[in-house]
Amino acid sequence: MKATITANNTGTDLRKHFSLKTKVKNELWQNRYLYLLAIPVIAYYVLFCYLPMFGLVIAFKQYELGKGIMESQWVGLKYFQEFFGGIYFGRLMRNTLLISFYSILFGFPAPIIFALLMNELRQRRFKKVVQTVTYLPHFISLVVICGMIVDFLASDGVLTRMLTVFGGQKTNYVGDARYFRAIYVISDIWQGIGWGSIIYLAALAGIDQQLYEAAVIDGAGRWKQTLHITLPGILPTIMIMLIMRVGQILSVGYEKIILLYGAGTYEVADVISSYVYRMGIGQSRYSFSAAVGLFQSVVNVILLVAANKTSRRLSGTSLF
Amino acid sequence: MVIKRSIGEKVFSVCNILFMILMMVVTLYPFWYVVTCSFSDSAQLIGARGMMMLPKGFSLASYQAVLQNPNILTGYRTTLIVVVIGTTLNVLMTAICAFLLTRKKFALRGVMTYMALFTMYFGGGMIPTYLVVYKWLNLGDSLWALILPGAISTYNMIIMRTNFAEIPESLEESAKIDGANDILILFRIILPLSLPIIAVMVLFYGVAHWNAWFNALLYIRTRAKYPLQLVLREILLMNDTNQMTAGAAASDRFFLGESIRYATIIVATVPILLVYPFIQKYFVTGIMIGAVKG
Repeated sequence: MKATITANNTGTDLRKHFSLKTKVKNELWQNRYLYLLAIPVIAYYVLFCYLPMFGLVIAFKQYELGKGIMESQWVGLKYFQEFFGGIYFGRLMRNTLLISFYSILFGFPAPIIFALLMNELRQRRFKKVVQTVTYLPHFISLVVICGMIVDFLASDGVLTRMLTVFGGQKTNYVGDARYFRAIYVISDIWQGIGWGSIIYLAALAGIDQQLYEAAVIDGAGRWKQTLHITLPGILPTIMIMLIMRVGQILSVGYEKIILLYGAGTYEVADVISSYVYRMGIGQSRYSFSAAVGLFQSVVNVILLVAANKTSRRLSGTSLF
Repeated sequence: MVIKRSIGEKVFSVCNILFMILMMVVTLYPFWYVVTCSFSDSAQLIGARGMMMLPKGFSLASYQAVLQNPNILTGYRTTLIVVVIGTTLNVLMTAICAFLLTRKKFALRGVMTYMALFTMYFGGGMIPTYLVVYKWLNLGDSLWALILPGAISTYNMIIMRTNFAEIPESLEESAKIDGANDILILFRIILPLSLPIIAVMVLFYGVAHWNAWFNALLYIRTRAKYPLQLVLREILLMNDTNQMTAGAAASDRFFLGESIRYATIIVATVPILLVYPFIQKYFVTGIMIGAVKG
């Protein structure tokens, strides 16, 4: 409207107006097939990614299914306060942070070390076999993996029996709060160490071989080569992976938690996202659980940005 | 060049190889154990469940029970439907999105790139997504709820975009002179030149659909529509083998329940194990592309 009014006033504006309009028209017409293709893509992102983001406003409202989002009453930070002041807040934060901390401490270096060791294998075929075998667990469904964990660590399970040889107790380990986190982290490493190493193997393959030749001439052994060429060579990849990992500290793999935990292990196993699931889906407390989920996402983004900044300053590598 | 290796390095090499063998045993033995148990005679299994290298006795009873279980069969059917339709849609949508984001003359390219990338760092989360899919779009209890959300994995899309960007523009230009439109260029030129990456995408998405269970837990209410993994969860983790042992005599029921779990694992995993050796190299290519260029 504004454009038409000004267009009526002066000739130059008229030309501008037409040129913009024709530009848009031209673009639309010339790329009409691209716009056609863009419809389903944009529809997907809007419906399944951005609509849920918009849906986060229910965290600040008292959402009722019958009323819909718009009519539901604003309640401000009520649900956040309820969460932070609730009896489970401490337990959830402790469990989430501890499981994440152990996962990073043990699970993060494992594939790096594994890739470095694999890189030292000189027998091509053997290396291929090792790779094929160790990538396998990554493709097995979590339900099957957890089913195996529960079965093997039951009081008469095969792993339990093996552990008794080394003086372990004959007990149901998965149901025992003392062992839950260890089981979670160790089985994660077992399942992911091979697959996780691929990205580091790719980085290792990208290191200039001349550097090694030069090092050999200088008299550097394998250990020195690893220390001074290999590690610096894959450092950018390590940093990128670490940044991404830090950005997920609050989202412990809830699928596995939900498959493995039980009333006896809530005390050590219940994490923020499994709590969101129980509150939201189990008890239909949509606004409250959306608030908890939003808290989790926001903290994750903050951690990601912070890790990214720190890494850029310390190592010059950054994700964005 | 002859490289002299010190004794220390030789010792390291031997230890390294031994370590790798140990890793392989640790990786494979659990699966082998499941295989042996699944073929074992149930009654003998209860008594002797230590380290086993071979089945205790031999029985196919558990497989019979599993393959006659209606839940497993409907689960298989649902999963197959979701894998086939879902993966097709995934690859198509991902390819279209990646294609659009490589069109330099496309005015929305920048906006759409940001729109896609932003979702990698922030999202609505479990509950708002559930409300959108289940209540607003009314996809509750529909298999579309397992297919449409996640139609494009932005991570996969970027891998594909990287791949498309490497196709020389001259190829498209000659097609354009011949009068081909953008849709034809995508399907006749870009996609046929990208078969390896399409294979990777089919495999990434296909395995993800095969293994998915949580989305069905959220969205599927009717038992007959449960995908395989959700049926598995009931059998493996909620110890619900009663239905399957219904045919057996009461005294056998308890024993059969044991080996049925193992047979169920095998039946549900065999498709993956069968294709795994063939697809493995493609998966690795996919990750490499993402890692090196992404």
